[in-house]
Amino acid sequence: MSTSVETLESVVIRFAGDSGDGMQLTGTQFTNSAALFGNDLATFPDFPAEIRAPIGTLAGVSGFQIHFGSTKINTPGDQSDVLVAMNVAALKANIKNLKKHGVIIINTDGFDSKNLRLANVPEDKNPLIDGSLDGYDVKKIDVTKITRAALVDSGLGTKEIDRCKNMFVLGLVYWMYNRSTKNTIDFIKSKFKKNEAVMNANIKVLEAGWSYGETTEMFVNRFEVAPAQMEAGIYRSIMGNQAAAYGLIAASVKSGLPLFYGTYPITPASDILHELSKYKNFNVRTFQAEDEIAAICSSIGAAFGGSLAITGSSGPGIALKGEAIGLATMLELPLVIVNVQRAGPSTGLPTKTEQADLMQAYYGRNGECPVVIVAAQSPADCFTMAYEACRIALEHMIPVFILTDGYIANGAEPWKFPQTKDLQPINVQFAKERKASDDKFMPYLRDEKLSRPWAVPGTKGLEHRIGGLEKQNITGNISYDADNHELMVKLRQEKVDRVADYIPEQTIDNGADSGDLLMLGWGGTYGALKTATQKLIDEGYKVSHAHVRYMSPFPKNLGEVMSKFKTVVIPELNNGQMAKIIRDKYFVDAIPYNKIQGQPFMSNEVVSKIKEILS
Amino acid sequence: MEVLEKLTSKDFTSDQEVRWCPGCGDYSILKQVQTVLPDLGRPREEFVFISGIGCSSRFPYYMDTFGMHSIHGRATAVATGLKSTRPELSVWIVTGDGDSMSIGGNHFIHLLRRNLDVNVLLFNNQIYGLTKGQYSPTSEQGKITKSTPMGSIDHPFNPIALCLGSESTFVARTMDRDPKHQQAIIRRGYEHKGTSMIEIYQNCNVFNDGAFEVYTEKSSKKEQTLMMENGKPLIFGENSDKGIMLDGFKPIIVNLADVSANDIWIHDETDMVKATILSRFYDNASVEGHFPRPFGVFYVDGKRPTYDDMLNAQVAEAIEKFGAGDLDKMIAGKETWVVN
Repeated sequence: MSTSVETLESVVIRFAGDSGDGMQLTGTQFTNSAALFGNDLATFPDFPAEIRAPIGTLAGVSGFQIHFGSTKINTPGDQSDVLVAMNVAALKANIKNLKKHGVIIINTDGFDSKNLRLANVPEDKNPLIDGSLDGYDVKKIDVTKITRAALVDSGLGTKEIDRCKNMFVLGLVYWMYNRSTKNTIDFIKSKFKKNEAVMNANIKVLEAGWSYGETTEMFVNRFEVAPAQMEAGIYRSIMGNQAAAYGLIAASVKSGLPLFYGTYPITPASDILHELSKYKNFNVRTFQAEDEIAAICSSIGAAFGGSLAITGSSGPGIALKGEAIGLATMLELPLVIVNVQRAGPSTGLPTKTEQADLMQAYYGRNGECPVVIVAAQSPADCFTMAYEACRIALEHMIPVFILTDGYIANGAEPWKFPQTKDLQPINVQFAKERKASDDKFMPYLRDEKLSRPWAVPGTKGLEHRIGGLEKQNITGNISYDADNHELMVKLRQEKVDRVADYIPEQTIDNGADSGDLLMLGWGGTYGALKTATQKLIDEGYKVSHAHVRYMSPFPKNLGEVMSKFKTVVIPELNNGQMAKIIRDKYFVDAIPYNKIQGQPFMSNEVVSKIKEILS
Repeated sequence: MEVLEKLTSKDFTSDQEVRWCPGCGDYSILKQVQTVLPDLGRPREEFVFISGIGCSSRFPYYMDTFGMHSIHGRATAVATGLKSTRPELSVWIVTGDGDSMSIGGNHFIHLLRRNLDVNVLLFNNQIYGLTKGQYSPTSEQGKITKSTPMGSIDHPFNPIALCLGSESTFVARTMDRDPKHQQAIIRRGYEHKGTSMIEIYQNCNVFNDGAFEVYTEKSSKKEQTLMMENGKPLIFGENSDKGIMLDGFKPIIVNLADVSANDIWIHDETDMVKATILSRFYDNASVEGHFPRPFGVFYVDGKRPTYDDMLNAQVAEAIEKFGAGDLDKMIAGKETWVVN
C-alpha cells in the first residue's frame, strides 16, 4: 500500500502507561533519536513518586512528553498531537491534554475488564466502545498479543516478553515519523550486552513495531519533521541534572580545586550525585552522607580544607541544612548549595515541579543570614548557572544557592555546549605561608569584595580558629561586643550586595525594552514565557519578557529595566514569592500570576492571562 | 630534609583566655593534649581540632592549631569532609556526651562505622553543662536535674557498648584525674590508623560534681576500677588481690588466692567478643557484687581500611583506569551532531 508523507513543523507526542511499562525509557530513546536527527526539542517526564505504584491505576500512570520540531522549541508543548496509551488509566489521565482530532495509539490489552476496574471505569463506559473517542484518530493495536507472538520462540518467560511491549510502540512511532531505529538498536545492544536473549527480544519487537506501521493499512499518513534551523555549532542533548553536574565539574577544573559533593539521596536531586560519582577521574569525591545535615557539614569541612565544596538536595533537605548554611555564612567559606525544587511543603509532591523555595533560600535561617542565589532557566542553563554559583562562591568566599527545579532537572533539550577554553576563568588564591616574624595572621581581614582570606589547614603560620559564634571584625576572635555584632551583620549583607558588581546586567529576552507589559520570570518557566511572549508580540501586543537568573543580589539595572513598562507581571509556580521580593525591594506594583499545581505553565494559559491583564 | 623545630606545649596554647569554670575537668584534658602533641613529631599546622557545641567544644579556641567550633553535634560530619579531602592532616574531634550521643548521635555512629582516620575525644560528664544542668543521654536513671525534678526516666547509653556496636575500630576509656593514663591513651589513639574513640570521664564540678568520684578518689579507686593492659591479667582491688575470670561467657570476680594465676582473664584488645563483655562492666557502683569499671583500651582493629584511604584510592584508581579527566570530552559526551 502507499502512504502519503506529510511535512510538519513540530509535533508533540505523549507516551503514557503504567509506571512499569517503560514509558520513560521509550520517551528518552525517542528524544535522543530526534536530537541526533537535528530537531530542536523539549521534554517533560511526568511520573508518580512511587517506583511501582499500584498497577493499572490512575496513580500509577507515568508519562513522557516530547515536543520536537524544525522550528525553535521552547516548551514540551501545551497539548499533544499523539497520545500513546498503554492502558485505560493512561488514557483517562491524559486525554484532556490531547488536541482535537489527535491520534491515539491504544494498547487494547490494557482495556480489559481488569484494567477498567483498576482505573475505576464501569464496563459500559469502556472508551473503546462508548463513543467517547469519536472525533479522535484512534489506532487500536493489541500490543501485548503481537509482542508475545513475535517472541514465541525467544525462550523468555511471559513476564520478560511483556516487558518488551514499549519497544513495539517505539518502533511504530519511529515509523510514523520516518525515523531510523539505529540509535535505539545501538542502545539496546549496549544495555543488554550481558543478556543476549533479552537484547535480541527487544530488537525484534522494536523492528516488529516498525514493520507493523509499514505493512498494515492502519496508517494512511507518515510524517516528516525536518531538522531545525539552529545556530551553527556542535550540539548534544542534555538533561538539567546532568548539566548541573557538568557545570560543577567544569568549575572544579577551571579553578584547579578538587570537587567534593556531600549529599543525601532525595528526589529529584539524586541524579546529580549519580552523575558526579561517575567522574572520580576528575578528582571528584562524592560522599553519600547519613543525612542531609551531615551532607552539608561534610561539605563545610571540605571547604575549610580547600576543596570546591558542594551540597545538593531538594526543599525538605534544604530545610534540614538551614543551621549549617548559617554556619557557612559565619565562617565565610565558599559553599555551593544546589536545590532542585519540588512541590512542597513537607514531603509535598516529590516528583512534581514548583518554584516555592525562593523565600527559603532568601530567608530560611535564623538571624540575619544573607546568601547569594542564582537560578537556572532551562536544562542546559543548569550548566551555566552551576558554574556561576561556583565562581561566585570561590571568588567571594561565600555560600551560594543555585535553584533549579524538577521540570528542568529531568527535562532535556539540545545544547550547543561550550568549549572549556571559553569559560570565564575562576581565580582562587589560598592565603600564603607566614613566618614567626610576620604580623599575626588576621583571618577576617577583607579585600575589596569584602571577602576574607582562605587559609587552609596545613599552611604554616596560618593556624587560626573559626566557628559559629560571632566574630570580631578582622581578628576573627569570639566577640560579644554590641557594636561589633551590628557591624558584622552589615558587612555580611554588604558582601552579598557587592556581588552585583561581578554579575551580568539584566537583559530583555524578547520584545522591546519598553512597552505596555513586562513579563518578569525566573527559573524553569523560561520556555513557556518565551513562547507566550512571541505569540503576544505576533498578535501585536507591546509585551516583553525578561528572565532573572541572578536572584540575590539582583542585577544592578533590574529596577531600571522594569521602570520602562506600564505593567510588570511576575508569573511563578508558587504563591507569589519573587513578586513579594520585587515589590519590597523596588516598590513596583508588580502583578503576581501564580500556578501551584505541580505542573509547568502552558504557554497558552500565559497568553490568556496576559491578555486578560491588558484588557 | 627539613628538621622539625622542637615544639613545646606552649606552642599549642592559643592567646585566648580559657573560660571553663574553675575546677572543671576540661582543664586537665586540655593540658594532657597540649603535653602529648609536641612529642608526636608533627608540624603544628597539620593539626586540626573540630568541635560541636557544649563546654568541651570550646576546646579548639584554646589550641594554637587550625580549628573549627562548628554547630551542635556536627563536628563529626565536618571532620569527615575535611579528612576525606585532606587525608594528610591530623584531625581531632572534641565532643561531649550530649553533643555526640544526643543531638549528634547519628553522625557519631556513622563516623565510627566508616572508620575515618580521626581521633575523637569524648568528654563524658553525664550532664548538660553549657545549658546549665539538664540530664544528658549518659545521666543515670532517676537523676534529679533542672529538667527532671521528679527524676529522669531516660535509660542511659553505655557509650563503650554503643561504639562497639557501631563497628568502631578503637575504643578506650580514661579519666580527667589520671593525667598519665590520659596521655598514654591519647597517644595510642593518635597512633591508631582509623577512628580512635576515647571516652574521658570528666567531672563537672558545678552541675554534676562527683559523678565519677568512686573511680578517681584514692580511697575507692583501686577497688572500683579495672585498669586494662593488653596481654596482662585483669586484676584489681585494694591490694591487687582480685581478678576477673570467664566462666563460659560469664565473667566472675575471684580472689587471686583462690585460683591459679593461669585462670585469670588475660586482656586481648583484638578480641571483639571479650571487649563486648568488658563494655558491659557498667553497673552501679553501689550495688553489691558489681564489676569494677574498666579503663584503658577495650578494642583495637588496626587492619580495617580507613574511609579516607579507600575514597582516595578510588580516585587514584579512576585516574589510572580512565586517565585524568578531559573536560571537553566529558561535556561533549558520546553523541553529538553538527549544525552548519
